[in-house]
Amino acid sequence: MVLEYKVEGGDFTQAGNVSSSVKKVLKQLGINPVVIKRVVVALYEAEVNIVAHAYRGVVTATLDDEGIRIVLDDEGPGIASIEQAMVKGYSTASKEVREMGFGAGMGLPNIKDNADEFTITSKVGVGTRLDIYIHYV
Amino acid sequence: MVLKELVSVVNGKVLCGESHINESIEYAFASDLMSDVLTLRITNFLLITGLANVQSVRTAEMSDLKYLLFARGKKVTDDMIELAQENDMVIITTPYSLFKTSGLLYSAGIQPVY
Repeated sequence: MVLEYKVEGGDFTQAGNVSSSVKKVLKQLGINPVVIKRVVVALYEAEVNIVAHAYRGVVTATLDDEGIRIVLDDEGPGIASIEQAMVKGYSTASKEVREMGFGAGMGLPNIKDNADEFTITSKVGVGTRLDIYIHYV
Repeated sequence: MVLKELVSVVNGKVLCGESHINESIEYAFASDLMSDVLTLRITNFLLITGLANVQSVRTAEMSDLKYLLFARGKKVTDDMIELAQENDMVIITTPYSLFKTSGLLYSAGIQPVY
């Protein structure tokens, strides 16, 4: 099963819609609730990152018999130093993002903590790609 | 602690989810930083926060928690209530500060998440 969603940058009223939709699908499929939480927390953090930092993005969730792969591709400013971005507490978020309860530099490390496999690639001035894989068991 | 009793301790008001008023709550976490809430692996705890916006409710949805307590008399919008109802959550408000709310509930036996 492949699910695809679009995310608009800057629109905080819609942030979380993709994560909510994916959560509903996983619940319908009877996936272990502990795994669902890991998936949706990682996805929600990543979705908020697109809204907070990028112009737009596409989320592709691919479900197979063993797990779920989520790829988030955004068009945006990109990340100059991924090493720095992965450090807990480092953030370039705006005041608006912080007022929403995010932007404390914890999102990317939390995505990594919840994922079984996690890769991030980015090109400054082009965009960022996150690839997250989580096993069902 | 039964939710009904908890509401009374903080002089609170239930805005939605009244049908859960007789359920028991054991653990709570207080934070205005949703990223902190999202690092918690446990589920079904009470979130005490002064951050009243749709993302607080979204964070609760993703964290599998269904009890939200907004401190400092923060205004809860219709959008927030609608999203909470969709997810079968309870929203409570209290006029007390985050510190006072947490202190009262801790004294009354609610346990910290950590």
